[in-house]
Amino acid sequence: MDIFLQQIINGLVVGSIYALIALGYTMVYGIMQLINFAHGEIVMIGAMVTITCINLLIGAGINLPGPLLLLAGLLMAIPVSMLLGFAIERIAYRPLRRAPRLAPLITAIGVSIVLQQAAMLIWGRNYRPFPAILPTEVHDFFGAAITDLQVAIVVLALLLMGGLFFLIERTKLGRAMRATSQNPEVAGLMGVNINTIISMTFMIGSALGAMAGVMVAANYDQAHAYMGSLIGLKAFTAAVLGGIGNLAGAVVGGILLGLIESMCAGYLSSSYKDVFAFVVLIGVLVFRPSGLLGERVADRA
Amino acid sequence: MSQTLLQVKDLKVAYGGIHAVKGINLEIKQGELVALIGANGAGKTTTLKTLIGMVKPSDGEIMFNGKSTAKLHAYDYVRHGLVLVPEGRGIFSRLTVEENLQMGAYVRDDKAEVAADLERVYGLFPRLKERYKQLAGTLSGGEQQMVAIGRAMMSRPKLLLLDEPSMGLAPIIVQKIFEIIRMIAAEGVTMLLVEQNAKLALQTANRGYVMESGHVTLADSAANLLANEAIQKAYLGE
Repeated sequence: MDIFLQQIINGLVVGSIYALIALGYTMVYGIMQLINFAHGEIVMIGAMVTITCINLLIGAGINLPGPLLLLAGLLMAIPVSMLLGFAIERIAYRPLRRAPRLAPLITAIGVSIVLQQAAMLIWGRNYRPFPAILPTEVHDFFGAAITDLQVAIVVLALLLMGGLFFLIERTKLGRAMRATSQNPEVAGLMGVNINTIISMTFMIGSALGAMAGVMVAANYDQAHAYMGSLIGLKAFTAAVLGGIGNLAGAVVGGILLGLIESMCAGYLSSSYKDVFAFVVLIGVLVFRPSGLLGERVADRA
Repeated sequence: MSQTLLQVKDLKVAYGGIHAVKGINLEIKQGELVALIGANGAGKTTTLKTLIGMVKPSDGEIMFNGKSTAKLHAYDYVRHGLVLVPEGRGIFSRLTVEENLQMGAYVRDDKAEVAADLERVYGLFPRLKERYKQLAGTLSGGEQQMVAIGRAMMSRPKLLLLDEPSMGLAPIIVQKIFEIIRMIAAEGVTMLLVEQNAKLALQTANRGYVMESGHVTLADSAANLLANEAIQKAYLGE
């Protein structure tokens, strides 16, 4: 088996998941300069709700093909996550809009702990297996192994990113979001309701996060109430690597981090693969704090 | 007799413990170009920010088109036709020129008319048409001011508030900007112009108010103010 190609495939799969989550961090940061540390928990809850929903459907004796069951689970998890993202901003961050930046940051960590504990009360502290509803057939791809699920994850992630870029770059809402991130006060003068834009940002990021959560759970065959912290921190690393606040940066950072991690796991040591991710974070913070694509057009105001 | 568009009664504004505006009265009629002049810190910008809802007054009343603006949100003003070109231009530097202009039409749904207005703004500012795809942050100061004024025009203002449009611009560019202000006025747009360059402002306006440390100390026709000796000494450098 070709290790190099295999690790590239694995890296792309994990990397596109990181990228989806990193987009949620970077969108919120772009609009309100806040690191929403509760975003990882949204990802976890997206996975948990989907698993519960699929198990309920199976338990009720509804015999649908695997992908349809998964879709039904997602249709439940996405609105739940969006609502949660909306509520978090409304309850925890909005009252602190004018507070010093440290206050919402600490609140974000608090929200993350609350959500983690709530998830433990609901789903318990044990690992939840992902229901075996998807085909597990392994295809041979030039000497490397690849599954339908892996292909589906990468394709869906690319479609979602494409959709997001279209929304941000080509629609009126996207234009208002970019304008708000650059100058909220003047955007308000143009008639943009900043609160609506911020709520939309949280909800879109949460929807992407929920889908990423399901991808993680399906890819590793399990989910856990604590899974949000590690995956969230890695996606945050990806966002910083690409340049936080920059959408393309989040995608590049996510995929790059996935590749770095899987290369290190393949050639150095797989038990240290999480360490490599954070070595990357430290390296970026020391040598290029603005990230790979973090350069901005000079403001000649 | 043209009707009153804006009526300000006994407006007081205090923020951070400082009384920036201490009870002023203003009146602007449909179609007028009114200048508000005064020294640095006289309260001109605070007055504009209060008129547009960015700052809440501590007392007094603002009537626009016969209705009080006290209950409006900051983002409602543009729908009522009250639009500010902010000090320092406030352009969206990482949006293209055209996207900046489109932001001015954010509250409008009439696509065909917005497209027509875009062409009209490009007619006023051919320079912007040449650079419509360029990021606004890469333009020169004068071009950025054109973007800011063009963007405001895209919302079809009933009353256009201009805060220091000449700030930081070379004299020749200032002349150009004021030419455009006169053209917009000729189209029938009512304007309140806040300016440090009192001479140019009064030469452009129909009427003027003079502000001094939070009070309006003089209100007269622009021609009379230009001829006023005290004004000449204090603001016109003669």
